[in-house]
Amino acid sequence: MKPYGYVRARSVEEATAAHAAHPGARYLAGGTNLVDLMKHGVETPGTLVDVSRLPLDTVEEPPGGGLRVGATVRNSDLAAHPLVRERYPVLSQALLAGASGQLRNIATTGGNLLQRTRCPYFQDTGTPCNKRAPGTGCAAREGVHRDHAVLGHSPHCVATHPSDMAVALAALDATVELRGPDGERTVPVTEFHRLPGDHPERDTVVRPGELITAVVLPPGTAGLPSAYRKARDRASYAFALASVAAVLDVAGDGTVRHVALAFGGLAHRPWRARLAETALLGAAPTEDALAHAVEAELGLAQPLRDNAFKVPLARNLAHRVLSELAADRP
Amino acid sequence: MHSTRARVPAAPAPALGVATERIEGRDKVTGTARYAGEHARTPPDCAYAWPVPATVARGRVTAVDTAGALALPGTLAVLTPGTAPRLGESDDPTLAVLQDDAVPHRGWYVALAVAETLEDARAAAQAVRVTYATEPHDVTLTEDHPDAYRPEQAGGRPALRERGDAGGAFTAAPVRVDVTYRVPPLHNHPMEPHAAFARWDGEGDGAHLTVYDSSQGADPVRTALAALFRLPEDRITVVSEHVGGGFGSKGTPRPHVVLAAMAARHTGRPVKLALPRGHLAAVVGHRAPTIQRVRLGAEHDGTLTSLSHEVTTHTSRVKEFVEQAGLPARVMYASPHSLTDHHVVPLDVPTPSWMRAPGEAPGMYALESAMDELAGALGMDPIELRVRNEPATEPDSGLPFSSRGLLACLREGAHRFGWADRDPRPAARREGRWLTGTGVAAATYPVLVSPSTAAATARHDGGYDITVNATDIGTGARTVLAQIAADALGVAVGSVSIGIGSTRLPRAPLAGGSSGTASWGWAVHRACTRLAERLARHTGPLPAEGVTAVADTAEEAGRTPPFARHAFGAHFAEVQVDTGTGEVRVRRLLGVYAAGRILNPRTARSQFIGGMVMGLGMALTEHSTADPAFGGFAERDLASYHVPSNADVPDVDAHWIDEDDPHLNPMGSKGIGEIGIVGTPAAIGNAVHHATGVRFRELPLTPDRVLPALA
Repeated sequence: MKPYGYVRARSVEEATAAHAAHPGARYLAGGTNLVDLMKHGVETPGTLVDVSRLPLDTVEEPPGGGLRVGATVRNSDLAAHPLVRERYPVLSQALLAGASGQLRNIATTGGNLLQRTRCPYFQDTGTPCNKRAPGTGCAAREGVHRDHAVLGHSPHCVATHPSDMAVALAALDATVELRGPDGERTVPVTEFHRLPGDHPERDTVVRPGELITAVVLPPGTAGLPSAYRKARDRASYAFALASVAAVLDVAGDGTVRHVALAFGGLAHRPWRARLAETALLGAAPTEDALAHAVEAELGLAQPLRDNAFKVPLARNLAHRVLSELAADRP
Repeated sequence: MHSTRARVPAAPAPALGVATERIEGRDKVTGTARYAGEHARTPPDCAYAWPVPATVARGRVTAVDTAGALALPGTLAVLTPGTAPRLGESDDPTLAVLQDDAVPHRGWYVALAVAETLEDARAAAQAVRVTYATEPHDVTLTEDHPDAYRPEQAGGRPALRERGDAGGAFTAAPVRVDVTYRVPPLHNHPMEPHAAFARWDGEGDGAHLTVYDSSQGADPVRTALAALFRLPEDRITVVSEHVGGGFGSKGTPRPHVVLAAMAARHTGRPVKLALPRGHLAAVVGHRAPTIQRVRLGAEHDGTLTSLSHEVTTHTSRVKEFVEQAGLPARVMYASPHSLTDHHVVPLDVPTPSWMRAPGEAPGMYALESAMDELAGALGMDPIELRVRNEPATEPDSGLPFSSRGLLACLREGAHRFGWADRDPRPAARREGRWLTGTGVAAATYPVLVSPSTAAATARHDGGYDITVNATDIGTGARTVLAQIAADALGVAVGSVSIGIGSTRLPRAPLAGGSSGTASWGWAVHRACTRLAERLARHTGPLPAEGVTAVADTAEEAGRTPPFARHAFGAHFAEVQVDTGTGEVRVRRLLGVYAAGRILNPRTARSQFIGGMVMGLGMALTEHSTADPAFGGFAERDLASYHVPSNADVPDVDAHWIDEDDPHLNPMGSKGIGEIGIVGTPAAIGNAVHHATGVRFRELPLTPDRVLPALA
């Protein structure tokens, strides 16, 4: 591990100023991923700006509704929050499906969004990886890639984003609040993570020095029926082979009034299934309609040599979750 | 002050057979038990070492640039194949670290950084620049690999055994099963990674090497270090007081202890070296993958007429290790014609080694799955098929069994599991998205025992000190040895102190092959029996130094008895398969064992169910992937190498039948450390077949494999 400086910030202003003052700085929150990567020599920050004690650890109800989740709210606390469980069950379920109890106790909301892929080649400095070392090539494309992307990958990178929480946030139309040298801005979670394209080294649209201060859950999806389902190699503590977050609101006339479907484990970012949603909105959520909608979305899939199983897996999961939500309505 | 001993003490209730708490349990759960890497007396001048693994799969080191590493603050030295001290001869080539420039596999150590702190050492290791001349590599095992050869031995037994005409009898059999099973590479991954602390004291002929090592046997480590560092054994002390699991990977000395001793000698400083998890996959062994062809020929009534089990596996280019998966077929079933054979392919892979019932675990997965297939082909209950083929004597040797409780285990298990109500039709139990099935498989593990020494001392204060260089790898060895001693002495277990885990104590074999309790316990029993005799003759107060008796079981434990000695068991599993995701989840797991006398029901149960969880992992979650492009294994942390989590193990239970076998050892015990693993993967696989109607023949049963087959 490369020696590094350490600064503990007491305010958001102090944090962004410290980041600006130290070239090669990185923000440190729970550290569950960043510190591992530093040990492996994958991340080599010059300075860590510790933001874990900033006063961003509360869940608040803004006057207009929804929830504003501070960036340092721990994953365990967010999953257990009564208003989250009541109004956004998909988020609570996704959080509890991720990592282990110990990790959720230390990992933060902001850090969860910013975690890096678990591609073995990304984590191994002895192999090529365009995400870790741009221009060296993608070892996974022809290497060990059962866990890798089937949607939206590029010749340069086939990594997936590992977060469960982010998949739920994408389905809930949540937004990310950022504070940086040029002030504040807001980015929808669905646009927060990038597809790899020609620049897989850029996971997100976060600009240099920007700090996540909060994630906002909108009033529009509060209280709508929602669910998260994840398929994995073991019953706990495993990344998603595929996962589904869905929100489905069926009107009194039996047609879909609101639908959001997002896949995890399939792409470089949570994959919002817009084609499926378009097909379902305003239609009756019959088994056939659900099947066709999901099929339309997964028609975009381009599996690699060893991960074609993810396509039927995601299809079955999505169909099941949507079908259960459709059947559950009062 | 001297205590006076009653000539005929009132004998307390026997300690053996009583569920007894672990002696060191409190130390472990309160964190006061010290492991090799965290010894309490770490000296202030302790330095830290961090090895540098090769990043190519095959080739030679052409240059090692240490300038960047040496320029970092805190770096004390960087040892390379060109500069490391020359070692003496060893019979284990994996210990010849930094002795030449050859790279036999990815992850092989090519340099060692030594520095003031752990962080400095890691930074220095990452700053070492190694240049290689690479050669084309091959890490892929195939059935028809051109380099496959038949080794002389597999697991210390002949690689090939044939009785009668297995091929001819198979062809002539009216009912035939000819199937090939595959088990991937697997890794031991104990919770405590391998670690060592090494210190040299004195100079020249007075030099003494002290090592704290996480090992399953301190004496074998000392023997290896004596050869490598050209020292008489009495000038080396190896301590392995507490060991956080090993599962075979700490059964032989490993490179880290050699590197720690080398670094300490080179720098003149005590040195600590704890391997990072990411290195373990390449340097401390693994279970080699196996491709196993099983051919069973039977009469219509289920009587086997031909049994063939042919195993192909891999080894490294530096050392031959053969996963002896064909051996259990020589024990299990009567068949007039039989063939068991092994072939091994040297590849550019890390050296495989012992892991959790080597041979028996993968071999019985294939054999017991094939038996299930045969039962299906015959339309016969799988338990009945096993009853039909129960042998009168051990099939391969013709020796009588000292005891064989397989049928009793199957019957007891069937009763407890509710097997009689089972509908044998596959794919017939669907509830919503779940398919449910049940399966059974037999288990066997040989009775192994090695000579050991031990000493027993009656202290003048009325207590007893028992010493033997046993290793407690988490099994409860200390506790059971105290129980054995207490009963042999006829005293309460609380008056017995046990000293283990150091070469300063009487020499003893390693903890491996489920043989520890038998080997150490025999010597402890013998020493305590002698001591009791001596005390019975003793008059007056005991002397201040107490009275000591020693024992060496070289003769009795080394004797080959005219019996086939094995533990047996039966495993039952109930699984559910999610038809939409291909996820397989175990709902119930039951093991019933015939393993001689169970000495401590509390720790025995823990070993049995621990083994069953390992078997569950082998069946459903664990696998390592030899990376064809880069060599080495792709899974190098516990997030990607999936040992079962608590959520995977909802209901696991172990029982045993009473077995009185006079041909074992004075305690009447058989080893119980590994048999829990042996039948579990096949029982789960057979249950998955019963649930889905699909026969999977490659482990693990993860969604990528299961889901496409259900479509």
